[in-house]
Amino acid sequence: MSPLSRREFVAAGVAAGAGLVIGFYLPHRGGSQTEFFSPNAYLRITPDNKTTIVVARSEMGQGVRTALPMILAEELEADWKQIAIEQAGASTLFGDQTTGGSASIRTTWDPMRKAGAAAREMLISAAALTWGVPRSSCTAENSHIRHAATSRSLSYGELVDKAATLPIPTDVPLKQAKDYKIVGQRLARVDSPAKVKGEAVFGIDHRMPGVKFALLSRCPVIGGKVASFDDKDSKKISGVSYVGKIGDSAVAVVADSVWGAMEGRRVLNVIWDDGPHKDLNTAAVRESLKQGASKKAASLYSAGDAAKAAGRRISAEYELPFMAHAPMEPGNCTAHYQGTKCELWAPTQVPQDCRDAVATAVGLDPDQVKVNVTLMGGGFGRRLEHDYAVEAALVSKTINAPVKVIWTREDDMRFSTYRPASLHQLSATLDGSGFPAVLTHRIVAPSISGQKGQPVPGGVDPDLPDEAGPVYGISNYSIESVVTETPVPLGWMRSVYALQAAFALESFIDELAAAAGKDPLLYRLHLLAKDQDLQYFTTTWKTARMRGVLQLAAEKAGWDKPLPAGHYRGVACFGCFASYMAEVVEITMENEQPRLHRVVAVVDCGQVVNPSILEQQIQGGIVYGLANALRAKITIEKGRVVQGNFDDYAPLRMDETPAVEVYAVPSTEAPTGIGEPSVPPIAPALCNAIYAATKKRIRALPILSA
Amino acid sequence: MADITLRVNGSERKVSVSPEMPLLWVLRDTLELTGTKFGCGAGLCGACTVHVEGNPIRSCSTPVSQVAGKNVTTIEGLGANGLHILQAAWIAEEVPQCGYCQTGQIMSAAALLAKTPSPTDEQITAAMNGNLCRCGTYERIRKAIHRAAGRAAGNGGAR
Repeated sequence: MSPLSRREFVAAGVAAGAGLVIGFYLPHRGGSQTEFFSPNAYLRITPDNKTTIVVARSEMGQGVRTALPMILAEELEADWKQIAIEQAGASTLFGDQTTGGSASIRTTWDPMRKAGAAAREMLISAAALTWGVPRSSCTAENSHIRHAATSRSLSYGELVDKAATLPIPTDVPLKQAKDYKIVGQRLARVDSPAKVKGEAVFGIDHRMPGVKFALLSRCPVIGGKVASFDDKDSKKISGVSYVGKIGDSAVAVVADSVWGAMEGRRVLNVIWDDGPHKDLNTAAVRESLKQGASKKAASLYSAGDAAKAAGRRISAEYELPFMAHAPMEPGNCTAHYQGTKCELWAPTQVPQDCRDAVATAVGLDPDQVKVNVTLMGGGFGRRLEHDYAVEAALVSKTINAPVKVIWTREDDMRFSTYRPASLHQLSATLDGSGFPAVLTHRIVAPSISGQKGQPVPGGVDPDLPDEAGPVYGISNYSIESVVTETPVPLGWMRSVYALQAAFALESFIDELAAAAGKDPLLYRLHLLAKDQDLQYFTTTWKTARMRGVLQLAAEKAGWDKPLPAGHYRGVACFGCFASYMAEVVEITMENEQPRLHRVVAVVDCGQVVNPSILEQQIQGGIVYGLANALRAKITIEKGRVVQGNFDDYAPLRMDETPAVEVYAVPSTEAPTGIGEPSVPPIAPALCNAIYAATKKRIRALPILSA
Repeated sequence: MADITLRVNGSERKVSVSPEMPLLWVLRDTLELTGTKFGCGAGLCGACTVHVEGNPIRSCSTPVSQVAGKNVTTIEGLGANGLHILQAAWIAEEVPQCGYCQTGQIMSAAALLAKTPSPTDEQITAAMNGNLCRCGTYERIRKAIHRAAGRAAGNGGAR
């Protein structure tokens, strides 16, 4: 039995014919007790036995429109075939609707289950009352309540009116994992058919009568502004209806077609005021990180005394560049400002931020802004920003018509928010057996939240507690952070700081194993041999679970079996977003470049909700991480981002993509993140394989950097 | 502006647009066929792939005047009677994640199967390498093409 707080429910109400409506609350991540509950989603069962589950997270490919309803439907004992999915827009009813931090399932697991269970119990009560039989003689199954003794059955739809008059149970039993019928099944994603038919409506596909199209010319220099512009050539382009400044640093070109706006922008002549960063370049960014390294650090994790111990000391520095998310669907948003209200159709991970930012920008109250959340052609964190929404609303207000703002790929690449460049200093003192008696890791990077004016409590970026935890039970172990400054716009990119932290740590552990003359996998297992709980902020990392994924990866990869001539392996493990991950990479070297043949990936993410979606996320994260490892690099020259399209910022293509075998450690623990944890280990696993092949240690990404 | 006639998905369509306008924007904005996607505008990602006279082309880089009078097939017209065999295979293998690039992927795969009904892994890679997917669905794309071709999937490794 799981106690269910009254505070987790809003009143169950029913309007005649509206059916049973149950609202439920979601614990707000990181909130205080009084803010800890807020409505998240609604379950609606109508008399025709249709069950609608509202999804208050955004679908960007990670499968939330399928996986979140599965959790509720399981406890509801619903007929999955009768479930309809509804996407929530920005609301005050749903708590924090941010989709990020691999958090959608882990933060809604309990509230979704309790909501489904409470509804199920109410429907059982309604049937028992209808039949005049004890509740205990009734069972829920497949959207029906059955009374076995008399072979009677009523559908949920037939029971909704009575159920809605009953009190909400305060204490509902939750199912045991062994009884799950929906959770854990490879149920087909609800969104696949529309996506393969070209019927899925992404943000860029939204249509409405009278809509105009806008492209913006933005100052190419970071922090620069519009000095003046000449629109006479733009206005000669057929269909161009408006050219004008939007904010301080952009000029919008509005036309009756996307192409017209593109052509209008192409011939627009803007004189820019380059501003204070016109001489910024990548070398200066690296220098600021080097200087930051000697500043006072904030402690993230401290065990024993990292200052002590004598022995063989090994140190190394690792570096990573800025990277761009580059989702396939470029930025866009449709806005319709109408004086006292503004409606948005936004591909966004943050509908509420869009609502609030747009309200401020156009001078409305947040409740006058309606945000419709569309499908997204990838997000990867880029759509945690609200820039496109604000641009669209401002242009709509200016021209007094509905507007779709579209970014080109070059806009996306050059006006993104970037994964922070970082520097990592690692040091270890080896004991007589070659294992680290002391390990220190200093992370030097600018703060994403800090740059956006959000709190950085104690000098610790608020993302680091989910993304840079300890892996090994080393007695004297310190992880610390120095926050530096940069004018380069920063954003949260898939796995955020975990990518950097894992690359540095897991490369360094490999260096230590090599220095000790030991097998890198056995070396790691030795460091994980003792069962320990490593407390890191609010997460307890268990060495036993990390050991478990590493052992399974070794077994599946055949680590102890010989490889064909010229083949080499590398391994890495890491934990982030509360999940454990180990990856083994097998490569050959061709023309001094790695060619990947096989990746074995093992995750321990607690209870798996949908194994097919899990496999998608792990495979996809590894392909994304490989692109980051091999080539992803945003450079700055004269204050401008150099890269512009998929030629000079080249993602992985099919010919470079290895087969990725995915295994999940069987578990009935509460589910943890799956969208991001597979990304960080792949770069160090690959670099460690390259070391095995060449004895060359890669200490800076990307690997294929000239 | 010019009056241009195309045959799109079997129907004659007259449009009055700039002859330089890429076919992509004619399809999306003028004919409201939004299953064809804008990804890069430079022929680098394949999200805009359609067939012209059965050949896969990048509609973002093809001026509409070049396809006047020609047969254009988009994702909306691929399955003449319900789902194309590739669309069914895509669903069976659960290929799409975000799904944005998948219509272009399917159009490239359809052009491949039309000429090479039972492609090898190497032929699949060669035909599909111009289509980017940031969600990393390549392995399932390969499986889906093999499924549609009625063959067991190969071991699927990089090649």
